[in-house]
Amino acid sequence: MATLHTVNKSPFQNQTLISCLGHVKDGDSVLLMEDGVYGAMTGNAMSEVVAGMGANVKLFVLGADVSARGIDAGRVAEGITSVNYEEFVGMAASCDRVQNWL
Amino acid sequence: MAAYDVNGTTVEHDEEGYITNLSEWTKELADVISKAENVDMGEEHWAVVNFLRDYYEEYQIAPAVRVLIKSIKKSMGPEVGNNKYMYELFPYGPAKQACKIAGLPKPTGCV
Amino acid sequence: MSIVKKFLYVNRKAPYGTIYAQEALEVVLIGAAFDQDVSMAFLDDGVFQLTKGQDTKEAGLKNFSPTFRALGDYEVTKLYVEQESLDERGLTLDDLQDIQWEDEDDDYAEKPSIIVVSRAGMADVMADQDVVLSF
Repeated sequence: MATLHTVNKSPFQNQTLISCLGHVKDGDSVLLMEDGVYGAMTGNAMSEVVAGMGANVKLFVLGADVSARGIDAGRVAEGITSVNYEEFVGMAASCDRVQNWL
Repeated sequence: MAAYDVNGTTVEHDEEGYITNLSEWTKELADVISKAENVDMGEEHWAVVNFLRDYYEEYQIAPAVRVLIKSIKKSMGPEVGNNKYMYELFPYGPAKQACKIAGLPKPTGCV
Repeated sequence: MSIVKKFLYVNRKAPYGTIYAQEALEVVLIGAAFDQDVSMAFLDDGVFQLTKGQDTKEAGLKNFSPTFRALGDYEVTKLYVEQESLDERGLTLDDLQDIQWEDEDDDYAEKPSIIVVSRAGMADVMADQDVVLSF
């Protein structure tokens, strides 16, 4: 039944991440990628919202996009798991559906 | 660009024969296009062409062929509104060819 | 035998600022030929796509809003609209076009296509699909 949601826009550019988080269901996964990874950082205006998602929704970032932007791994919020491309493909293949929040 | 000649006025069309400026359509132009297509326009042909133009006016799209046939079946009955008869009227496709004569773009989804 | 899948087209963008909305509608019309169970979702700025009274003449753009009223002919009869997205934008159902479909099995009775759902209801609709396509 689970959905993999992907978000590729910075939460400071538009409401996409907030909208996504408002539509996830327990058991779903959210993968932040491209500029979406800015939403995974600690100490910014979005951090509380993301941290408030609780344990029923699993949060991931695409590690390559974190490194590309010079974000220190230590700035990625606790509880957000970094994945590589291969793991991303595995997640997409094993969930019931993928919803890309453009 | 190629063009149709309607009593001395030229109306441009694309490489498939669809006119480029939809507002240049006239009944006389329809006669010219239908001759180029070897379609002998009868009452039923005109009914289809008029239906297509009304549909486009209302919804801003040329209907897909199955939508066209379904609608003609409803308005003109199953003797006209069926696949076989509609292809007899417009051998190169009731949506594609009739749209060309009606001065409309190729139906959405037609390749 | 072919398996009918549930397809949801998610619209989250306003109609004219980008090409997304118009492209989505075109994809829906083309995709409708494949006899699947197709529905559309309108949330966030996507609800602006359905407003009535759009007049693009002066802006020099194609007004594709009338095409939403043709969706019923293509058997696309479920347009889910999110209540919270309407509220946030100061819109009500009255601001949207009246979109209907004809039920052939019910003497061509005209039935409303727009289904207003809450945010939680929208999440349920999304979770109930085989394929979700976003625009």
